[in-house]
Amino acid sequence: MRAAGAGRVRMILAPVILGVVVLVLWQLAVVGFAIKPYVLPSPTAIGDQFTRAFGSIWSGTRVTGFNALIGLLLGAVFGILFAIVSALVRVFDEATLPVVTALAVVPIVALAPVLYTMFGAGAETGRQLIAALAVFIPVYVNTLRGLRQVRPVHRDLMRAYAVSSWQATRTVTLPGALPFLFTGLRIASSLAVISALIAEYFGGPVAGLGKSITSAAAYSNYALAYAFVLGSIVLGLVFYLLTLALEKIATRHSPA
Amino acid sequence: MSNAVTVSAASKIFPLARGKRVVALEAIDLTVAPGEFVSLIGPSGCGKSTLLRLIADLDQPTAGRIEVFGKSAKQARIDQDYGIAFQQAGLLPWRTVTGNIELPLELHGIGKRARRARAAELLALVGLSDFADRYPDQLSGGMQQRVAIARSLAESPELLLMDEPFGALDEMTRERMQNELVRLCAETGAAVVFVTHSIPEAVFLSDRVVVMSPRPGRILEIVPVGLGSAGNRDDGLREASGFFAAVKAVREALHGVPAEEVRADSAAGVPSGAPGAEVLYASEAPAPRGLETR
Ligand SMILES: Nc1ncnc2c1ncn2[C@@H]1O[C@H](COP(=O)(O)OP(=O)(O)O)[C@@H](O)[C@H]1O
Ligand SMILES: [Mg+2]
Repeated sequence: MRAAGAGRVRMILAPVILGVVVLVLWQLAVVGFAIKPYVLPSPTAIGDQFTRAFGSIWSGTRVTGFNALIGLLLGAVFGILFAIVSALVRVFDEATLPVVTALAVVPIVALAPVLYTMFGAGAETGRQLIAALAVFIPVYVNTLRGLRQVRPVHRDLMRAYAVSSWQATRTVTLPGALPFLFTGLRIASSLAVISALIAEYFGGPVAGLGKSITSAAAYSNYALAYAFVLGSIVLGLVFYLLTLALEKIATRHSPA
Repeated sequence: MSNAVTVSAASKIFPLARGKRVVALEAIDLTVAPGEFVSLIGPSGCGKSTLLRLIADLDQPTAGRIEVFGKSAKQARIDQDYGIAFQQAGLLPWRTVTGNIELPLELHGIGKRARRARAAELLALVGLSDFADRYPDQLSGGMQQRVAIARSLAESPELLLMDEPFGALDEMTRERMQNELVRLCAETGAAVVFVTHSIPEAVFLSDRVVVMSPRPGRILEIVPVGLGSAGNRDDGLREASGFFAAVKAVREALHGVPAEEVRADSAAGVPSGAPGAEVLYASEAPAPRGLETR
């Protein structure tokens, strides 16, 4: 009990101390060596910009975060549906395999210019679709793996109970696949944020974090650019921690 | 009244890669009367599980017929005429103990209140009332197996199929579970087909012990134990001379002593040496030919 508590304190304290040390060294280096802001702004300058521009960072976070969230939901829904159909229909699985493999190796953001011409760069649709596509792959792959992990003893049990295949799917297959699905979702959450953010680099009148980073840098306001980067990091962490918590809940009673 | 189980000339061949095949069962004839406890014993790979799976309609015989309560095995499965327990408890880890026991009832459309009541009843029966709301990963192996047995009893089946349900348990838990099973069977009057590796376990539990041999899987002999009705069995029986005689008979059948001799021994009630916790090993000895297998 005591040891576990001490372990937890150390687990949290150690990275915090390391972070503080890095920040102090960074500050000292920038001041001591008179490093130019366009090379590397100091932490205090970034912090100063962060508080001053908080309004626009917050609104940028909301735009990018909303796109990432829509992408995450859309990609997850389609990933799960496709995985279920793939698990049930072998032909479908064989047909989708090459497409999914291709999607998995293509950097999805490369599609941004194409999607912008389809939907217009001003609309958020293109960016949401990019996030959704990036999310689709890990959710699909992990869910499908989970759906195929039904234990033989559970399959026998369902047959012994003479239930319909849909009942069996609902009773053992889907719940058994949930931990896998949430692992996929946790991996996908970071991809959703990264894709939504990078997609903004490809132009358009956007109020998101990605666009703000590029325009701040274009106006040589490097500390402000880093302040937006800081906002992106926080956004990514929020997505990650929320899906990590979901995963922990979903795998709570999984056998070791 | 029709038999609980009738297996007539059943065989099962599993095709393997490159045209090879395994004869898991050959020409099996076996009947189990209502309320009768029959054990299947024999070395690994002699087809015990396969035979049980055929009766449960989890697999189909290559040839021959299987009837359960006078219907085809398939119809009996659809009608939910049997309860089944495997060597692995096979509980659903995301359901509580109660949720696991309720599973068959829930799948077959029994209302929530009736389910709860039945689960509570069964939990009391297997001595796990205090664990109703726990999850399987919070239980020991023996407790999980008891939950699985409670689940197999949920719909009060007239036939119980059990594939080495105590195989993974330690000797003490195992004997306690055997006593519980004997008591349960006395209370419910269900017929049981019970797969085991342990001679004393088979003898203690059964009305008849079916001794099988591998390659191809066949019935060598059926040893009648006849130690009295299930209600009279308790730990005292484990020391009785009739028990030892039956253990000896089963052991000799397994090791290929001619059937006549075994019968004579067992009829005379000659006690053998203490069986201890004798567990069968996989015998490679060829099965003697021409034995009556009924
Ligand atoms: N699904 C299967 N496919 C191929 N061979 C099998 C299969 N199931 C069982 N067998 C074979 O059938 C024989 C009997 O197996 P089994 O019934 O499990 O034996 P036991 O339960 O007595 O140990 C073994 O040789 C085994 O390898
Ligand atoms: Mg077996």
